[in-house]
Amino acid sequence: MNVVTLSQLQFAATCMFHWIFVPLTLGLSIMTAWMETKYVTTGDETWLRMTKFWGKLFLINFALGVVTGITMEFQFGLNWAEYSRYVGDIFGAPLAIEATLTFFLESVFIGVWIFGWQKISKKAHAVSIWLAAIATNLSALFILLANAWMQKPVGFVLRNGRAEMTDFLAVVTNPYGWIKFSHTLLSGYSLAAFVIMGVSAWHLLRKNEVDFFTRSFKMAAVWAFVASVIVGISGDFHAVEIARTQPTKFAAMEAQWETKRGVGMNLLIFPDVARECNSLEQICIPNGLSLLAFHDANAEIKGLKDFPPELRPPVTPTFLSFRLMVGIGTFMILASLAGIFLSRSKNFIENRIFLTLMVFAIPLPYLAQQFGWLVAELGRQPWIVYGVMKTSDAVSKSVTATQVGLSLLGFVVLYGLLGTIDIFLLVKYAKKGPDKNVSSIINVQGRG
Amino acid sequence: MELSVFQIIWFVLWSVLWAVYFMLDGFVLGTGFLSGFLATNDTEKRVLINTLGPVWDGNEVWLLTAGGATFAAFPTTYALMFSNLYSALILLLFALIVRGVSFEFRSKLESPVWRKSWDTAIVVSSFLPALLFGVAFGNIFKGIPMTNNFATYQYSYDGGLFGLLNPYGLVTGVLFVLLFAVHGSLYAAIKTTGKLSERAAGLANKLWLPLLVVAVAFLGYTYPATKLYDNYLKAPVLLIVPVIAVVSLLLVKVFAAKGEMHKSFLFSCLTILFVVFTGVTGLFPNLIPSSINPASNLTIFNSSSSLLTLQIMTVVAAICVPTVICYKIWVYRIFRARVTNEDVLGNPDAY
Ligand code: HDD
Ligand code: HEM
Ligand code: HEM
Repeated sequence: MNVVTLSQLQFAATCMFHWIFVPLTLGLSIMTAWMETKYVTTGDETWLRMTKFWGKLFLINFALGVVTGITMEFQFGLNWAEYSRYVGDIFGAPLAIEATLTFFLESVFIGVWIFGWQKISKKAHAVSIWLAAIATNLSALFILLANAWMQKPVGFVLRNGRAEMTDFLAVVTNPYGWIKFSHTLLSGYSLAAFVIMGVSAWHLLRKNEVDFFTRSFKMAAVWAFVASVIVGISGDFHAVEIARTQPTKFAAMEAQWETKRGVGMNLLIFPDVARECNSLEQICIPNGLSLLAFHDANAEIKGLKDFPPELRPPVTPTFLSFRLMVGIGTFMILASLAGIFLSRSKNFIENRIFLTLMVFAIPLPYLAQQFGWLVAELGRQPWIVYGVMKTSDAVSKSVTATQVGLSLLGFVVLYGLLGTIDIFLLVKYAKKGPDKNVSSIINVQGRG
Repeated sequence: MELSVFQIIWFVLWSVLWAVYFMLDGFVLGTGFLSGFLATNDTEKRVLINTLGPVWDGNEVWLLTAGGATFAAFPTTYALMFSNLYSALILLLFALIVRGVSFEFRSKLESPVWRKSWDTAIVVSSFLPALLFGVAFGNIFKGIPMTNNFATYQYSYDGGLFGLLNPYGLVTGVLFVLLFAVHGSLYAAIKTTGKLSERAAGLANKLWLPLLVVAVAFLGYTYPATKLYDNYLKAPVLLIVPVIAVVSLLLVKVFAAKGEMHKSFLFSCLTILFVVFTGVTGLFPNLIPSSINPASNLTIFNSSSSLLTLQIMTVVAAICVPTVICYKIWVYRIFRARVTNEDVLGNPDAY
């Protein structure tokens, strides 16, 4: 394999691994802050125990988010030196802002939160988790603005052999970025809420701490439903934006080969790349796709055949990832809605079928997350910056295939090991349940 | 203001970010790799790790900021520094990853095998970055074998991982290790109590002499091995920078010998800051010299971002960096108390 392919593989592997941990961090940080606020305002011990229990899972997960994040920051220079040189004038700024503005806040106040139970007042303690949570969410904003610039480059000119920034405001107000931000953030919240529901369901099936976990479940179900609905809506906006800015990605997402007006949407479809058509097209909703893409039933949709094959993204994986993400998204809306109603019914904990379903649903949002990024990043190929720079021109020139091969191997081994251990610890602490001994928690409370 | 003014501002900021990073992560790395020798039992190990607990991540972020600032202000340098030093930096990255999770994982299970493994991991993954940063900076001071054509955007590098292991790089590596070892043991001395604290103070006193010897060797060897002294010869007032470094290093010992460990630690901070400043003052206006051809040097003038980007980043830095410093000082004050055995044993959240 050549340097480009290996670097792509390495970047994909390390990004996707980072992304196993980040969405839970995004959601659980806010939810833990919410629980602690409830505790501070109501004085109810159960909220404190919830803060402690879900906060513990948050921290175990957070550790891997942090260490795998360092890799991301280094890799632009390590593997994509030509890219970094060419677009650094624009792309470097959000990354530097992310570090100085948000990573400091987050890392410092997480430290205060973990170690500060006995050192600062209850209120200050709750403020520190809020600061950390808000910083985490803001860090997502800046990295996603950077990513959005690669998807829809704005506010620059090509000059002095590179892309130079001409309009900073355009970069930070890139609509692509803000749609991405809302979609991604809320997808993190919905994931975290599904994790809380799943773990709660596991305990409820065993009748452990029924009050504690019913309360957790109820709270999470509402979060999950609201978040999933917004995820769906912002996802639709995303698709509209893509139809306008990245016609090749959109055509691949929908397996649309011919350019047509008033295109219908087939529910069952499968692309045949070799013959440049679909081997299966069933259950058509007339004008559906045009309506979805441009909110106009007669809009024209560009097909893949309008573009030479070397400018098309890998169609089948992009298409499948998109379908699977949307499918899971639909399931999540329905399941969380059911969760809201069932968890309010009297014999909720006797509903073993639903509870079991929620335990097994934990992996689904994780899959949707990964599929989402596959759509975004695979669908952008062969461009690294859409329409401006090809991925194959972006790779580091002084790095050899052996070097990247070895580092990729290193990542696979190291990440495999650490990921296994982290998930083992998460499962262990999730199954252990909350601390029974309330007095031991009171001992470590703040000064009031 | 002109472009060159901002380029100089960012050179200064770039140096400060790296220097502060080494000052702050220096004691985390130092305490980390000495933890295997300072602690005699599990509780003492935990005490040491918990002195680092609230601060290690915040300190590591200075590295991300230094990296991010290099990317935003000097993208060409960022690109070539990271890709040319690929293998060394990958090793460094692996070490930093292992160090971070080791702190978090170590006390999550009771098993002695589990804890022993993570303890070893902490020692190794703290030692490696100390050495590698030293080797990398030694090579940057010396220049790396690259040929850059800034008119045609052609850049090439002919060195490998082992090319970095030249005598000057290694001396700088050892210098960093000893600097951080003294720094870390002083930190352990002021953050712990009883026997552990005494042992740490004793170690700092013992390690000081080897550090002095290596520091003198480094300063001497720098003359034939690098061009760092050129700037000092041109403008001798600059010699104040290395003089402060050396005086601070002497004061480290003066106060350590008297048992005034807090003051000694303070001067150890100054020593690290000014060792880095000594190097970068000599580099200016280069960021990374080429050891092949001075026309290939990466300077602040030929590798910087555009005026607009530098202006924006200056505003960001002027707002963020002082704010960060304020709340970090506040946090260090909250956690200023020494960590005791009872602290770790009675606290379910301790590392
Ligand atoms: C729980 C996770 C989750 C769920 C249920 C959904 N998404 Fe999503 N989606 C993501 C998680 C995600 C993501 C991981 O956050 C992505 C990757 C890149 C991005 O911006 O967000 C994403 C990307 C992404 C993209 C591509 C963005 C790009 O190319 O830049 C589109 C068009 C959609 N989504 C649309 C949808 C629609 C219509 C959904 C219907 C319900 C949906 N997503 C559910
Ligand atoms: C964390 C979530 C992310 C995931 C899971 C992810 C996934 C991927 C994948 C699968 C690829 C490989 C595409 C291919 O091999 O063809 C890729 C490439 C890439 N992505 Fe992402 N990505 C993520 C976020 C980002 C962000 C936020 C940025 C920029 C700020 C980014 C920048 C890049 C770059 C520079 C490449 C390499 C060049 C390329 O192959 O196009 N990614 N990513
Ligand atoms: C590929 C591009 C990415 C880069 C360069 C990157 C960089 C980083 C870095 C350096 C950290 C460690 C911070 C620390 O030590 O405290 C980190 C962690 C994290 N990143 Fe990423 N990241 C990338 C993708 C993403 C995306 C797409 C998001 C959000 C949408 C994100 C959000 C986070 C969060 C929430 C954490 C958790 C831990 C923390 O922030 O400290 N990252 N990332």
